[in-house]
Amino acid sequence: MLDVKAGDDASFDLLLQKYRTPLVNFLYRMVRDTATAEDLAQEVFLRVYRARKQYSPSAKFTTWLFRIATNLALNSVRDNRHHQKDVSIDAASSPDEDAVPMQLPAPEMRIDEHMIERDRADYIRKVISELPEKQRVAVLLHKYEEMDYAEIARILECSESALKSLLFRAYETLRVQLAPLVNARASRREGSPS
Amino acid sequence: MKCEDVSKELIPYLDRRASSADRHEVEEHLAACVACRTRAEELRTLWSVLDEVPIVEPSFGFDARMRARIAEEPRPRWYRWFVPQPRLAMAMALLLAVSVWITRLPQDNSGLVGTAQSEQQQFQVIKNLDVLENYDVLSKFDALDEVPADEQAAPEPDQQNNQQQQQQQQE
Repeated sequence: MLDVKAGDDASFDLLLQKYRTPLVNFLYRMVRDTATAEDLAQEVFLRVYRARKQYSPSAKFTTWLFRIATNLALNSVRDNRHHQKDVSIDAASSPDEDAVPMQLPAPEMRIDEHMIERDRADYIRKVISELPEKQRVAVLLHKYEEMDYAEIARILECSESALKSLLFRAYETLRVQLAPLVNARASRREGSPS
Repeated sequence: MKCEDVSKELIPYLDRRASSADRHEVEEHLAACVACRTRAEELRTLWSVLDEVPIVEPSFGFDARMRARIAEEPRPRWYRWFVPQPRLAMAMALLLAVSVWITRLPQDNSGLVGTAQSEQQQFQVIKNLDVLENYDVLSKFDALDEVPADEQAAPEPDQQNNQQQQQQQQE
């Protein structure tokens, strides 16, 4: 980032390549729409580029990046709350195919297995998206971005102790909401030969 | 450790980021509490369920669109260094105005008068150089320091006579 600050555009390309996928995934899990997630990711990178001269190496770059992303995503979710789509695990497919990223099935997987897997993933995303905003961001950064507690606490502007409580409450909600999937997996594990 | 205390440390314990002391306390509690042990197992399973969400790849045109947007951003030009910023230009204009105003103020001649006076005093010193070089005269001047200021300002007739006599002797 310091090279980008010094005006090196090639370094900005490196940042783009390194962080575009985690950023798009984080934003997609926040807003549940690929087009919006990509637009927001571009906006995040553009803001980083515009503010490159003010970048201070005192904070980690990822903290800065994901703080911008979190703010943009939350604003987008608040603005488009009424457009949120409900996805049912019982539904044969998503009502809007464009909203779901293309996930190619594994070659050995049958088409019905692929659809079931896609529905399960959609259902998990839906349950995560129904968490309160702060809990949702905490889970996404902890589980999927594997950030440490100090960094997540800085992004959410709370103490590490408060973050641990927040995460526990969030995972407890998910455990209850996803109980059928959790129990099914536990049963499969117990049934499978070790 | 009680169940409610474990709840805060359970997640760091499960993701292996708890300190060794906290880990030890949680393990002790889990060994004794079936409910918390079951919950911990379910949370572990939950995490593997959450891993079922696949990673989404950005679309093929993502980088190209990003580069196009970056290219549209205004670039710093080399001649920007020579274009004055509004605040700097205002400060320079004010400084210039104040300088012009100061140079147009009416000139004070007291400095010239002072110089002329000091030259006259130097001339008097040179004129009385013989008197000043005479040690006897100077030693008598030292006695005048003890006389109060009022009396020094108006020398008595005897002193005047003595001074006149001394001058005559020197001549």
